[in-house]
Amino acid sequence: MTARRWDLLVGAGCGLAALAGIGAWIAMPWFVLPLLVVLLAAWLGLTRRGRQAWSVTLVGVSTMPQRLAAASVVVIGIAGVVGVLVALLAMGDGFEATLVETGSDDVAIVLRAGANAELSSGLDRPSAALIARTPGILRDGDGRPIASPELVVIANLPKKSTGTDANVELRGVGAEAWAVRPDVRIVEGRRFEPGLRELVVGSGAHTQFAGLDVGQTIELNNQSWTVVGRFEAGDAHDSEIWGDAESVSSAYRRTGYQSITARLVGRDAMDGFAAALASDPRLKVDVQTTRAYYGAQSESLAKLIRVLGFTVGVIMAIGAMFGALNTMYAAVAARTREIATLRAIGFAGLPVVVSVLLETMLLALAGGVLGAAGAWSIFHGYTVSTLGASFSQVVFQFQVSPALLWNGLKWALAIGFLGGLFPAVRAARLPVAAALREL
Amino acid sequence: VKYLPLVWAALFRRRTRTVLTILSVLAAFLLFGMLEAVRAAFDVSATAAGVDRLVTASRFSIIQPLPKSLLPRIRALPGVRQVTYASWFGGIYQDPKKFFANFASEPAFFDMYPELELPAAQRRAFETTRTGAVVGRDLAEQFGWKVGDKIPIQATIFPKKDGSNAWTFDLVGIFRARNPRQRGQERQLLFRWDFFDEARQFGHGNVGWYIVRVADPDAADRVAAAVDRLSANSDHETKTQTEQAFNLAFVKQVADIGLIVGSIMGAVFFTLLLVTGNTMAQAVRERVPELAVMKTIGFSNRAVLALVLCESVLLLLIGGLLGLAAAAVLLPNLSNAAGGFFTLPPLPARTWLVGAGLMVLIGLVVGALPARRAMRLRIVDALAGR
Repeated sequence: MTARRWDLLVGAGCGLAALAGIGAWIAMPWFVLPLLVVLLAAWLGLTRRGRQAWSVTLVGVSTMPQRLAAASVVVIGIAGVVGVLVALLAMGDGFEATLVETGSDDVAIVLRAGANAELSSGLDRPSAALIARTPGILRDGDGRPIASPELVVIANLPKKSTGTDANVELRGVGAEAWAVRPDVRIVEGRRFEPGLRELVVGSGAHTQFAGLDVGQTIELNNQSWTVVGRFEAGDAHDSEIWGDAESVSSAYRRTGYQSITARLVGRDAMDGFAAALASDPRLKVDVQTTRAYYGAQSESLAKLIRVLGFTVGVIMAIGAMFGALNTMYAAVAARTREIATLRAIGFAGLPVVVSVLLETMLLALAGGVLGAAGAWSIFHGYTVSTLGASFSQVVFQFQVSPALLWNGLKWALAIGFLGGLFPAVRAARLPVAAALREL
Repeated sequence: VKYLPLVWAALFRRRTRTVLTILSVLAAFLLFGMLEAVRAAFDVSATAAGVDRLVTASRFSIIQPLPKSLLPRIRALPGVRQVTYASWFGGIYQDPKKFFANFASEPAFFDMYPELELPAAQRRAFETTRTGAVVGRDLAEQFGWKVGDKIPIQATIFPKKDGSNAWTFDLVGIFRARNPRQRGQERQLLFRWDFFDEARQFGHGNVGWYIVRVADPDAADRVAAAVDRLSANSDHETKTQTEQAFNLAFVKQVADIGLIVGSIMGAVFFTLLLVTGNTMAQAVRERVPELAVMKTIGFSNRAVLALVLCESVLLLLIGGLLGLAAAAVLLPNLSNAAGGFFTLPPLPARTWLVGAGLMVLIGLVVGALPARRAMRLRIVDALAGR
């Protein structure tokens, strides 16, 4: 009875220690891993117990082909967890990166006070002119402020994938828009001519929506517009269609603008610019850097995707851990006599524990690599679109970054560690005499 | 049925292994239940109500307003039973992250939406209070609002005439959805359009969209075409579609939820198949001598097959039902934790049915190979340990 209670205590202790370890493990930066591997290798190679552990591990690994089915359960189970986790997190990262890249610290966006997005904002022409003359804005070679008064409307266009209408953001931009956003470059055709009903389309919009090839004509608000160019920006602007602000505004019968985007004289000019705007009694506006603006827009959706990813990942990880536990218990059970023999001829408990753990983690590592590689090959650069904060489609790509792959591997090893720990302890604590008698 | 104790005993022959397998089945079905709930939350076709409602919005874009002068003209069309209108307000209460729908309409809105229940006295109060607003129960609970409160809402699109963004409404009523599956509908704030139109700085006389209730749902297409004809070739052409189609188009733009959920579930169940399949194979392998003894004392091949299959189905049913139960318990908490960003409906009966079907199916699939092996055992070989 006391032995049994002792068992329980050991189990509980192991569990708590393991949980604490996992916490530290998940937070661990990558460079600690090689250190740990080196330490482990030194222990295995240099100490007596280490060498014992090494030889027991070799025996375990060499018998693995005999239990291929059971071992593959661990590998594939963990590969599934890592694959799904990495894919979901890559989706969240990709969305966030696309929007954050759009912003910059030395570009400011001015909206009407209280408006939380361009779509709900509105600035009349006198205000727009005042804002453009505010000190703090960089000037181009001709002395004109690099500021683009813009308006955004949502147009319905058929999507290529479904054939049904979806929302696309049509942005009317001022002449300085190209200088405000130097990342935007024309890759096909040319820029639109101010005053004409001409459009340039973002590459993302071009792939998602039908009828946006250069040279084609599309109907917007019952008027025909010609697509004259295609641009690439590498950020959220890729999902947009651009036209001349005046043309768009007359086509949609707008009298004013919605935002002014301006390049500031430097990264530290933001405070001065904001103060200058606030001190003008004629203006009621909010100003922020575009980095802050686009970051806020991506926040809630990216967070939602991450919460979903982690929830799914944790539940799957628990499932896979039980699978690994099962397999390793079976493996230990099958080797009961062998382990007991080792113990009888003088092997200590620790090498046995380490060998079972190493074996499980080896399987887990294989699973993690498989899952991460799968997620990378299928999802890296996979393009999807969703409804962004401005009620229009935002095109983005899954980003399977090395950091995510590393995270996936850490999860895999953690699952392997937990899955191997309890069977390992059981193997080491088997009463030698009883185990030897077992047939 | 009389073999149930036998199956039960076989199942718990190796307690650790069975418990572990049940736990991994539990995890899989917990995930299944939660993802099904997410899918159901986005599944518009499940809301069967509203087949007689059409939504009329600008053909060009959801942000283009429509003139209110269309109202009498739509109302006069044959086949139209009732019309109301609404304008999106997009206001914020305290924190922009605590998003909820808020728009201006008229009290008759509730005649169009019989699935929303507003007590008669509160409805009268809404009709007589120009600055009145009504909210859904879910939202009122989240913010601790009570009838009689003054609710400050920060405008994002529509400043008041004096340029300020601070709007204040008097809460005169709290409505609730009759069907608990539509609790998402309770996350709305509705206020008087006439007050809104008078107090706003610009956009007077424009509404965001019309809601048209038709007398005969079968004639919906004809009525929709007639409504759109009213504004053909004008500067405010409309597009009228059923409410379902309107919502579906919107959800489709968010993401292909079905595909994402489907792929995750595929990965999960494939893994589950392996884990339980492995357990069953082990269980049968270990029991070969026992099964041989059973056959010796007269169990038929078929009976042995059935026993092993029963065992694996039972294993999955225990784990799966526990998993779904856990999902049912967790879901309301998850909705709360999401801060009202979305409301997950309680686990629908369909999920339980589909889940149970999957449990039996997976049980049969993973049991099939070991069961066949058990059935084909030759007593002599098995007893001799060959």
